[in-house]
Amino acid sequence: MSLLADHISLHLAGFDLLRNISLQVEAGKVTAIVGPNGAGKSSLLKVLTGEMAPTQGQVYLNNRLLQHWSLLDKAQLLAVLPQHTMLNFPFTADEVVGLGRIPHKTGLSKDREIITEALDLVDASYLQKRLYTQMSGGEKQRVQLARVLTQIWQASHLGDQFLVLDEPTSAFDLSHQKLTLDIVRQLADKAVGVIMVVHDLNLAARCADNLVVFDGGVIAAQGSPEAVLTEALIDKVFGVKSIIAQHPVTKRPLVIT
Amino acid sequence: MLVSITVGTVDISVSDALSALTGNSVNTQTHTILFDIRLPRILLAITVGAVLASTGAVMQGLFRNPLADPSLIGVSSGASVGASLMIVTAGGFIQSGALLGLSLVAVGAFLGGFAATLLVYRLATSGIGTSVTTMLLAGIAIGALAGALNSLLSYFSDNDMLRQISLWQMGNLSGASWTKVTIMGAVALLLIWLFPRESKALNALLLGESEARHLGIDVQRVKRRLIVLTALGVGVSVALAGLVGFVGLIMPHIVRLAIGPDHRWLVPASALAGATLLVIADSLARIVVIPAELPTGILTALLGAPFFVALLLQQRRDV
Repeated sequence: MSLLADHISLHLAGFDLLRNISLQVEAGKVTAIVGPNGAGKSSLLKVLTGEMAPTQGQVYLNNRLLQHWSLLDKAQLLAVLPQHTMLNFPFTADEVVGLGRIPHKTGLSKDREIITEALDLVDASYLQKRLYTQMSGGEKQRVQLARVLTQIWQASHLGDQFLVLDEPTSAFDLSHQKLTLDIVRQLADKAVGVIMVVHDLNLAARCADNLVVFDGGVIAAQGSPEAVLTEALIDKVFGVKSIIAQHPVTKRPLVIT
Repeated sequence: MLVSITVGTVDISVSDALSALTGNSVNTQTHTILFDIRLPRILLAITVGAVLASTGAVMQGLFRNPLADPSLIGVSSGASVGASLMIVTAGGFIQSGALLGLSLVAVGAFLGGFAATLLVYRLATSGIGTSVTTMLLAGIAIGALAGALNSLLSYFSDNDMLRQISLWQMGNLSGASWTKVTIMGAVALLLIWLFPRESKALNALLLGESEARHLGIDVQRVKRRLIVLTALGVGVSVALAGLVGFVGLIMPHIVRLAIGPDHRWLVPASALAGATLLVIADSLARIVVIPAELPTGILTALLGAPFFVALLLQQRRDV
């Protein structure tokens, strides 16, 4: 099963944001999207999650048209972490994380258990009773990550689940970047399909099963990080000279600029 | 409430009030004051206070803005124009032309409020849904327009009408009757019954509209429902009690400072707090200038504002 973009185009206010994009996010795999600013990465996420309707093409969630899923069923299969969340009301961390349980009817005690585990997973247990409005950027982002994790905490009888992350690590220090990658990998091992936009090519190379390079609203390349990341491509897409080496431990490609 | 029933231009002792309420006989004058004047008035204060404060909490959640209040959707300013229009055009009928015990002014206020809300909602709704930002701006624009119309009406009215208009705008519970209490009570019960169904949706909406949609919430439907219920609640409140300011803006705020922003508790707690404030304010309104009475709206702000400032100062110290 998969989250599938089938020949998607998106025109908005006279601009071609996406042109004829086909992309399959497979369950149990990590798909990473990289590309320059304004290349259409976030637009693609918006189309994939149903926030924007594509001008042309279709999106399928587990072989069924995305718009044919009810909002509630969709929410049990597809969790979305936006780049920024404008929450300026003084919820405590566990209340924010608890919002991720809204689509589920598992009862208060089970929800509490899941909330505690999720906060623990993102290294935010100490934040549990703290006010969201008083947290640092990285703490807020970890709490939001925990929130979307609780949304797909248990497998669903409705089908495979997907997690959409828009720059999840942008506010994180090194240890929490690594933590996020570990979480993403664990989820993929539990058959969740993950699609994430990242800016750090090395981070993407380390975690991705499928690496998608966006440029000017089209896919410039996609495939395994080894196949995709070449010096010529990085020069063409980002306009930056680089050397591709191999990471001594992970054996993944390492982009040196 | 018990204290409230005993105070007023005519003093009634607590024991008299209690015995009357429990069905024992007291003299007829006391009985009349209690059952025909004070009791409906207190019940009206409770229901109006509860409706204003709970709709305030709901609007602040819907607009994701702790400074929002029910008047933002245009209902109060529209009601104000409707009421003024009635006072000016039908001045003569007001005393005589009672319709079901409801004055023409109330009907005018309700219609005006509803029309303004409808206009604001229409202005902010396009093919892709209702934009709360546009609604906020449209509400301000309609509010300004209504203010101008009001001034215009005031300009063309005589002294007597002018006094009526400004008294109405200060908010007053003195016209309470059992008919009004019944109508207001029905509306209050409807809101108390329906608001809790949307409290989870409101919590999710605080994250943002698309985030709420990703949590499985039909945002457009929730918005439409809450706006209709708010327009109904505030429209009827304003029609029956005039413009009682402050309750809808500040009470949810105070409650949020005390118990947090979770709408499952915030909305009912705000209702309770609003009801309490309005009963206290109205009791004071009856006794501070005996034998006359002050409009209740003046007292709500006089009481609430210093309390709110104190809370803010305390919160600043805690941080």
